[in-house]
Amino acid sequence: MADTAEHIVKSFEQELNRLRSLLTEMGGMVESEVALACKAVLERDETAAAGAVEADPKVDALEQQVQQFVIRLLALRQPMAQDLRLIVACLRMTGDLERIGDYAANVAKRSLVLGQFTLPFALTGLANMGRRVQQNLKAVIDAIGDSDADAAVAVWRSDEEVDGIYNALFRELITYMMEDPRNITPCTHLLFIAKNLERIGDHATNVAETLYYAVKGEPLTGARPKGDTSAYAVVRPPAA
Amino acid sequence: MSDTGTRIGPQAADAADGTAQIQIAIRGLDFFYGSNRALKGINLDLPARRATAMIGPSGCGKSTLLRVLNRMYDLYPGQRATGQVLLDGEDILDPGLDLNTLRSRIGMVFQKPTPFPMSIYQNIAFGVRLHERMSRAQLDERVEWSLTRAALWEEVKDRLGSSAMRLSGGQQQRLCIARTIAVRPEVILLDEPTSALDPISTLRIEELIDELKRDFTIAIVTHNMQQAARCADQVAFFYLGELIEVGSAAQMFTAPREKRTQDYITGRFG
Repeated sequence: MADTAEHIVKSFEQELNRLRSLLTEMGGMVESEVALACKAVLERDETAAAGAVEADPKVDALEQQVQQFVIRLLALRQPMAQDLRLIVACLRMTGDLERIGDYAANVAKRSLVLGQFTLPFALTGLANMGRRVQQNLKAVIDAIGDSDADAAVAVWRSDEEVDGIYNALFRELITYMMEDPRNITPCTHLLFIAKNLERIGDHATNVAETLYYAVKGEPLTGARPKGDTSAYAVVRPPAA
Repeated sequence: MSDTGTRIGPQAADAADGTAQIQIAIRGLDFFYGSNRALKGINLDLPARRATAMIGPSGCGKSTLLRVLNRMYDLYPGQRATGQVLLDGEDILDPGLDLNTLRSRIGMVFQKPTPFPMSIYQNIAFGVRLHERMSRAQLDERVEWSLTRAALWEEVKDRLGSSAMRLSGGQQQRLCIARTIAVRPEVILLDEPTSALDPISTLRIEELIDELKRDFTIAIVTHNMQQAARCADQVAFFYLGELIEVGSAAQMFTAPREKRTQDYITGRFG
């Protein structure tokens, strides 16, 4: 961690650094996978979609590598205190990053279906949501590299905005479907895409919580501001 | 994880939140080897029927503290302690205190097994006879009780008359523990009791410590961090004669509060 002395056993120090860099490498891959997926949807870019789908197995392979490395470190080094917290945190964070990759791949696949439809509306809300999610993801991955608990808290708080955009998008898409049944197929895919982006945001906040505990040794307390209210949303057609 | 979330059992919880009864209360303790101040203003509670591990680098004062607790230092001129060490409210630093009685109430086991060069039976009976008068039958019973509690009875019951020196290192150490508990002390002090033992013998001793906690208050000095983590309810970290931090084992080994504790237990010292 940032403010501590070097480990007496240099090889252990090197292994901890390697673990951290494996995580940031995986984070970087996931970040670009999400960027490609968003590009695929917003710019109807099939090459970007293919890129996101192809990146996913590499992310999965990195997750396996991190898992095995963590098991080895626990068995051979018997870490304590912040070393123990970092190593266990990496195991949890690698799982969250892997899920983010899965959601991004799913967004990319849906973009291919979406490409077959002409949309009579702009994807402004979705573009905004994608941008916020990518900002948070980048911030939390940088925070892993810097062991920055404050940056983790900032990400944790800002997920509420993503949820707000998602709620608005949910209502908007239902309205389009009511207006014209031909919108139902693309709008359903767009709903899943929006939901996937929202879940990516949630996993980024999980990473932020885990990182905070690893750095500080105490849980990030207080209820996280949660803004996804779409579970309760009712949108009725205007009275004819 | 919060402190409440990391508590494994009720014992760790008691040790951490102070609800366990206090057996030994150390207050403002200083210790001097001549003019060298080896312990500086120590305040520490040892909860009754719990294990407290003292950890820290060599020369930090942890073994010195153990030696204060049963007045071992009295044997050496030029060594003195000031402050208070209250055993059930009575100050054991009081010069008028009867040391034989004190040492029967606070027993000690050393790093290297120290069996007497006599039979297994006599090793146990010797100390008991010094403190209590009893019939041969009662003495036999006490010897069996002690050896059973020290998890040695099954291994030696058919050769109680043979020399203790012929036991293995691990068995000798358990014999020393049996000898210590034979006089029914309240507190057992263990000074690196497994550092001369192989891993399996070490685990046997650790299992024994777990067992003995039901009846005795335990203070153990160890250089083995994993051992402290496995055995102790409460862990105290010493550095250069000062008590830096004390807390439940779970808290100390997952999220110590002090940077010096953290650097020591993760191997980043110096």
